[in-house]
Amino acid sequence: MSDEAREAVGDYQFGFHDPENATIRFDKGLSEKVVRDISALKDEPEWMTDIRVKAYHHFMERAMPDWGNCGELNNIDFDNVTYFLRSSDATEKNWDDVPDDIKNTFDRLGIPEAEQKWLGGVTAQYESEAVYHSIREDLEDQGVLFLDMDSGLKEHPEVVKKYFGTVIPYSDNKFSALNTAVWSGGSFIYVPKGVHVEMPVQAYFRINAQNMGQFERTLIIADEGSSIHYVEGCTAPTYSTDSLHSAVVELIAMKGAKIRYSTIQNWSANVYNLVTKRGVAHENATVEWVDGNIGSKLTMKYPSVLLKGEGAHAEVISVAYAGAGQHQDAGAKVHHLAPNTTSSILSKSISKNGGRSSYRGMLQVTPKSHGCRSKIVCDALMLDSTSRSDTYPTMEIGNPTADLEHEASVSKVSGDQLFYLMSRGFTEEEAMGLIVNGFFEPFTRELPMEYAVELNKLLELEMEGSIG
Amino acid sequence: MADEILRVEDLHVSVEDTPILNGMTLTIHRGEIHVVMGRNGAGKSTLASVIMGHPAYEITKGTIHYMGTNIEEMSVFERARAGMFLSFQYPAVIPGVQVGTFLKKSVQSVRDEPLKGRAFRKELNAAMTALDMPKTVLSRYVNDGFSGGEKKRLEILQMLLLKPNLALLDETDSGLDIDALRIVAKGINSVAPQAGCLIITHYQRLLDHVQPHFVHVMIGGVIAQTGGPELALKLEKDGYEWLEATTEA
Repeated sequence: MSDEAREAVGDYQFGFHDPENATIRFDKGLSEKVVRDISALKDEPEWMTDIRVKAYHHFMERAMPDWGNCGELNNIDFDNVTYFLRSSDATEKNWDDVPDDIKNTFDRLGIPEAEQKWLGGVTAQYESEAVYHSIREDLEDQGVLFLDMDSGLKEHPEVVKKYFGTVIPYSDNKFSALNTAVWSGGSFIYVPKGVHVEMPVQAYFRINAQNMGQFERTLIIADEGSSIHYVEGCTAPTYSTDSLHSAVVELIAMKGAKIRYSTIQNWSANVYNLVTKRGVAHENATVEWVDGNIGSKLTMKYPSVLLKGEGAHAEVISVAYAGAGQHQDAGAKVHHLAPNTTSSILSKSISKNGGRSSYRGMLQVTPKSHGCRSKIVCDALMLDSTSRSDTYPTMEIGNPTADLEHEASVSKVSGDQLFYLMSRGFTEEEAMGLIVNGFFEPFTRELPMEYAVELNKLLELEMEGSIG
Repeated sequence: MADEILRVEDLHVSVEDTPILNGMTLTIHRGEIHVVMGRNGAGKSTLASVIMGHPAYEITKGTIHYMGTNIEEMSVFERARAGMFLSFQYPAVIPGVQVGTFLKKSVQSVRDEPLKGRAFRKELNAAMTALDMPKTVLSRYVNDGFSGGEKKRLEILQMLLLKPNLALLDETDSGLDIDALRIVAKGINSVAPQAGCLIITHYQRLLDHVQPHFVHVMIGGVIAQTGGPELALKLEKDGYEWLEATTEA
């Protein structure tokens, strides 16, 4: 859309809605009116509007967290954020405006041009839209609901109302309040009893531009004895002109169900990535987070699992890569709220060029939860002496029968490893790339093949030009 | 000379200002097997590492020529790509990197041409069979949890695949049982005719399987004596003392 056209359409005014080509962009900054307007524009039921408004007030009153990277958090200018943007606006952005380094990375990762433009926020990818529809039909045949969150609310309000905010209430933290107030996009999935979705449900975020929102909201419910693997994100850098990304993801695994949620996020270096992810596992259910964080300016993200039913299991595998000027504050939280529950946490982080990665973990075993087992492994790899790695583990063990293992290691790339690899024909950068890929391998092997290949390539690119 | 592979002249080398090599001179031609023996601390491993370009070693005097070129300015990977190979006494562990991936990438960068998948697999299979290595090695991580013998076999496998002009073998025979020793010797013998070989060892027993053209004894960072295979046998029998006595005198 040209500037003149944008001027003609004007900034969003209540009630105006051109579904095809309009640019609907709110003024920067947040107010109760903005929140109500978002809800009205989406034609939402009143209960949702009410939750949004309550969440907004909570957000305004809630203090900034007093832990983590407070200095960076306090740099966020909430008045300078656009809280709602119809995707059609993105299609009008100019490809020339996308920074060269991001375009180069697309090229090097071998991502097709059409998809590059989509990832750059320049165009919607209609071709993939068709793929998305066929995936949907396939799932619908099994009774699986798979929609973007806005459509989910429209078409299945009773399901959304029953579960929305039950795992992560808006009052959970300042950013969950913000997300609840202004959420837009995200995924809504319901898997009926006993249905096993065999293929990982993926590629979705490469398809639906609306989901590219900064405040996406995802809700996945796996009913009794069902299973699903959901894959979000991709390794290509996600270019965003706006600097705040704050998502909320809620997972509910009913009795005997299994949910695996895999993410790789690679935000551009101007983005604050402040995400709340939490799953509930009922009796004998399993919730697994496979979570990769690359890029961004500051990421604070701690996928959590509430083990509510006896015999439930939690698994969190995460990697973080912090380059120059980046702080990855990531980790995992597991709450053993029922007897005989088990958990496993594997966290791997790499810091390079002065980057900082922190592991922040919480493990809780309540007094009534006997027979729980947990294993936590944290490995940090530093690629130079200017980088930083910290570990902040917290354990609250209320039951003496708990069986806990905690291993932590911090290592540097050794001169012996580099000499060995270089004597086999690898340049120093290539040698570093191999070592880094090897270090992340326990994570990478959990990913669908094409993501694993892309991640390895990306890390190799990150090593280029890094050796002084 | 056309088939001169390595020429080390009056080489002085220090590590953190401690002199280790004090005027080493040695020339190796294609097809020759040279054995270097000597006590621990004589500078044998330093010699191999410095030829391969280890950054911790400083050449204070003298030169190393490889195929007629002074290689002082060449980095480690350039030397590897030029056809130099070092079999490590203690190969590094690279966690998470599968042997198969590692071998393919290594061979690719040294040969400097895209590998034909099928032809490479065939070549790899043949080499592994010759070294009596199970295929399961390919999916293990490089040297991770390997026994001493497994590590040395993997070194020899790399040597077979990389087909070097110069093979430096640093105590490749240490810690091997007799079967493994025979297999490693077989690997060396298959590469030796096309290459110059420098074998560092403490033991005569490898020489039951590999026929050296020259045996050198290093003492105090220089070659104290050079001879044929009979010198190794004498060292095995009499130790180093008689030589040290002569050197000091």
